[in-house]
Amino acid sequence: MDQILKHHSLNELRNQGLPYDEKLFLDISVNMSAIERRCATAVKRRTVKKESQVAWLLKAISCIDLTTLSGDDTPGRVRRLCAKAKSPIKRDLVDSLDIEELNLNVGAVCVYHDMITHAKAALAESEIPIAAVSTGFPAGLTPFKLKVLEIHESVAAGADEIDVVISRKHVLNGDWKKLYDEVKEYKAACGSSHLKTILATGELGTLRNVAKASWVCMMAGADFIKTSTGKESINATLPVTLVMLRAIRDFYELTGQRIGYKPAGGISKAKDSINYLILVKEELGRNWLTPNLFRFGASSLLADIERQLEFYATGNYSAFNRHGIA
Amino acid sequence: MRGQDLSIAKKFKEMGYGEALESDAAALEWLEKNKRKFGHFINGKFTKPSNTFKTTNPANGKFLAEISKGNLSDIKLAVTSAVAAQKRWSSLNSHERAKYLYALARVIQKNSRLLAVLETLENGKSIRETRDIDVPLVVRHFYHHAGWAEILHEEFKDYEPVGVAGQIIPWNFPLLMLSWKIAPALAAGNSVILKPAETTSLTAIYFAKLCEMIGLPKGVVNIVTGDGETGEHLISQDKIGKIAFTGSTEVGKRIRKKTAGKGKKLTLELGGKSPFIIFDDADIDSAVEGLVDAIWLNQGEVCCAGSRLLVQESVSEKVKRKIVARMKKLRVGNPLDKSVDMGAIINQSQLKKISQMVSESEKEGAKVFQTNIKCDVKGCFYPPTLITDTEPSMEIVREEVFGPVLVFLTFRTPKEAVEIANNTQYGLAASIWTENINLALDMAPKIKAGVIWINSSNMFDAAVGFGGYRESGYGREGGKEGIFEYLKPKGHNSPKKVNQLKESRKVKTLGKAANSSIDQTRKFYIGGKQVRPDGGYSSKLIDKNGNFVTEVGLGNRKDIRDAVESANLSSSWSTTTSHNRSQVMYYLAENLSKRKAEFSEKLELFLEPKDAEIEVNLAIERLFYYAAWTDKLDGAVHQAPIRANTLAINEPLGVIGAISSETEPFLSFITILGLALSQGNRVIIIPSKANPLACLDFYQVIDTSDVPGGVVNIISGSPGELGKVLSEHSGVDAIWHFGSKRFFAEVESLSISNLKQTYVSDGESMDWSNTQSPALKELLRRSVQVKNIWIPYGE
Repeated sequence: MDQILKHHSLNELRNQGLPYDEKLFLDISVNMSAIERRCATAVKRRTVKKESQVAWLLKAISCIDLTTLSGDDTPGRVRRLCAKAKSPIKRDLVDSLDIEELNLNVGAVCVYHDMITHAKAALAESEIPIAAVSTGFPAGLTPFKLKVLEIHESVAAGADEIDVVISRKHVLNGDWKKLYDEVKEYKAACGSSHLKTILATGELGTLRNVAKASWVCMMAGADFIKTSTGKESINATLPVTLVMLRAIRDFYELTGQRIGYKPAGGISKAKDSINYLILVKEELGRNWLTPNLFRFGASSLLADIERQLEFYATGNYSAFNRHGIA
Repeated sequence: MRGQDLSIAKKFKEMGYGEALESDAAALEWLEKNKRKFGHFINGKFTKPSNTFKTTNPANGKFLAEISKGNLSDIKLAVTSAVAAQKRWSSLNSHERAKYLYALARVIQKNSRLLAVLETLENGKSIRETRDIDVPLVVRHFYHHAGWAEILHEEFKDYEPVGVAGQIIPWNFPLLMLSWKIAPALAAGNSVILKPAETTSLTAIYFAKLCEMIGLPKGVVNIVTGDGETGEHLISQDKIGKIAFTGSTEVGKRIRKKTAGKGKKLTLELGGKSPFIIFDDADIDSAVEGLVDAIWLNQGEVCCAGSRLLVQESVSEKVKRKIVARMKKLRVGNPLDKSVDMGAIINQSQLKKISQMVSESEKEGAKVFQTNIKCDVKGCFYPPTLITDTEPSMEIVREEVFGPVLVFLTFRTPKEAVEIANNTQYGLAASIWTENINLALDMAPKIKAGVIWINSSNMFDAAVGFGGYRESGYGREGGKEGIFEYLKPKGHNSPKKVNQLKESRKVKTLGKAANSSIDQTRKFYIGGKQVRPDGGYSSKLIDKNGNFVTEVGLGNRKDIRDAVESANLSSSWSTTTSHNRSQVMYYLAENLSKRKAEFSEKLELFLEPKDAEIEVNLAIERLFYYAAWTDKLDGAVHQAPIRANTLAINEPLGVIGAISSETEPFLSFITILGLALSQGNRVIIIPSKANPLACLDFYQVIDTSDVPGGVVNIISGSPGELGKVLSEHSGVDAIWHFGSKRFFAEVESLSISNLKQTYVSDGESMDWSNTQSPALKELLRRSVQVKNIWIPYGE
């Protein structure tokens, strides 16, 4: 269902943004201890077992941006990734779980610009979107002109989604208007492609900065806000997630516009993915549990989920070598 | 292979939580193994079940077990066992006792899941809470107190165990309250007789099994099950030195009355209507989440529940909207389901009480919002409830509901928040939400409550004292302050040594009145002014030779009323710096020393000249002594295992009504006054009836020493009559009685009007010349109450 929805609603989901308004975010309060307590208990207040657990793990798969972002990426490597994206779990598992009708694949494939055309070729027959990281990923310190140009090039090459990195210096120096203007230009450059803004939360210093940066990006038109590049020393965490989800909720209440959320980096266990889904469902609601509005930026998560699914199907604990690598 | 409702594809589309039940098999098996019938645990053995009543699961009405109702002979048996065991227990060395407490912690940990399930079955609270909150805190409590047991002989050198402790606990946190009672009592070398609540005895019985299992010496822990009647037998036992009770204010008052004059130590942890204050600069989403922990923890059946929400007007609509949205996410249902936020109310009568109070409030014009819940109809379930459009005068705002019911009030300024927060007879806890540290730390001391949570709620730890102000009770549980509750100063009850003053204490009160040419009637000192007795009566004062000295006023209830009023108005004495207080006290000493000869002369009318001089000298010294203490009775920073500073602050009791001693009349008067003033208390003091002269004339010294009006009030008259009025007066926070023992029962009994703290000690048998006497050392500690302020931090 979510897969079908995806392309229908792409344009409706696009965030029109808001004029720059400091009143909306400058006085924001974030209490770190309370945020941590909520995260610690939220995942203890809810759990999913048996069939529900399987369903939730499948949901997690459908929300994965299957990612390869390495200097040694090659067309061959990207083809292998795309093959996995199209059939993320073994055929016999699909049968034994009786989920043929879900036509399960991952949320997107995420690559560097250079790999877009190879991914596009590999995914030709599917509806899986291609996300390209951009704007001098991961540090974002290349000339601004080139950053905008990179977006144009990626869109032209066929990227459906552009994952940009914001200038951390604007956040750290409190130059919120500069951040707004930067993201607004990126948005314009994206055209009809979706804009995902990577905050690099591990480099922003405080949760208040995370909240403010989330607001500025959403005001400037980001369709998704994303935690990390995966290259910072601290990537996605539940506390950062909670702060960003609450910003998304307040933005929705103000504008009626649903912004997507993407935690990235460090999420490699099936149990972790369920915890993220629980937090999203509790803070934002069922509507956000769709690849349109929620993604995991992850490379090794899928393999762990596969093992859990096989355990459910067979009753035996599984091993990595029994599942095709991405 | 799978039915339609189990289809994974369907669940994938719904993304619901499904059911995740914790198994109750092991707990039920244990009940069956015991034929679902239990006796008491006395002297290390289980008695044959007798006189039983049934206990049921409030979530589905199902029978769980039969519990024995303890009668007088059960209690007497337990007392005999506990008395004998206590002698052996307290003679063990610290390390031996510590090992037992450590073993209890370990064995509870090893049986943690079964205990959690059993607690959920009988109490109805969610398995998440028993598993993640209650049982881990219980374990932590025994570990922490194993530590106190180990170092007791070093840290409490001058103290000894109280003896046998009688402990009565409520049904809302059955096992946790058991640990709060038993762990400190045992660590301090006492034995205990614990009576669990009638509705929740099972985990206490299981705990008894664990005591048996680790080989705890017999009789050290006795568990007698039963109802209120069993409890009454327990508190009436002469050989019990300490009663610790957690429960309702109503029953707490009854216990105070029943034990009045019996010389038992008493800890009361009672009800509350605790404020939860949200300022406009708070992290509102987090504050709303804090409310979930505050009022929807344990179905709101929590004495310190944040049940009174105070929101700054500028954000009140936003907060209301967010609370309603959050409430809709709360899941209520089978408490064994791991995805449930709220389980069942304890029983039908409590459920009825809650719904009656809510519908009453609706009749009074309040608006009630409740979420839809679908639960087992045989269970006692009640939905999360928010009540708006309330006024501070409504019953639902003033009375404790003990259910998942939150009332919503607004305020405009911090000052008004304090006013509304303190507008209650209770004073257990408060939550303050603001990102402004100045505001938070300004609010914390102003709110009358024993526990303050900054940007948090319902946090507990064994290292941090817990307990109330006002009618929420007294005494502390947890932390060093909690250990004191199970100790007494060594030699407290032994007769004093003969001291240098004793010989000349015999005062002649008979004789002829001589005429005096100038009228010297002594007035009272109230509100910083000399005032005439309201009643217009006075009595003649006769010296040691039988000669008339002067007339002294006879105070009445109106004089007391006026004095209490001015003492209440002089609250700035309690908030001024301790340095300022010491300056005033040194000034008192200085001015008294200037008039040493004059005061000696006054005392010489009643005492031998040498003794009179000694007494005045000691009085001057005494003022210096307590001036020294003004800034030295330090609080503490407790070490709770979270990222927070937990400040244990010593705060004044407030207004103390004191009845001075007949012996050492001037020295005892100055001692009481100096001690109380040093810690920021205001005083209404009744001097010795036979020898009030120097005390009454002391107001001339006060007048010249910068003591603010109302801080000290002196009224002479009958200690019996005036003591009674002071004990009854709700504007008095504590009553100290050093007069005749025959008044103690009445004073303690009357203190229940507002549950004032009491300290009674026979002044005649006290050694007033020695500040290190057990009674005076203890009094200094009791001149303050501990407020614990939790300050989590992090950025």
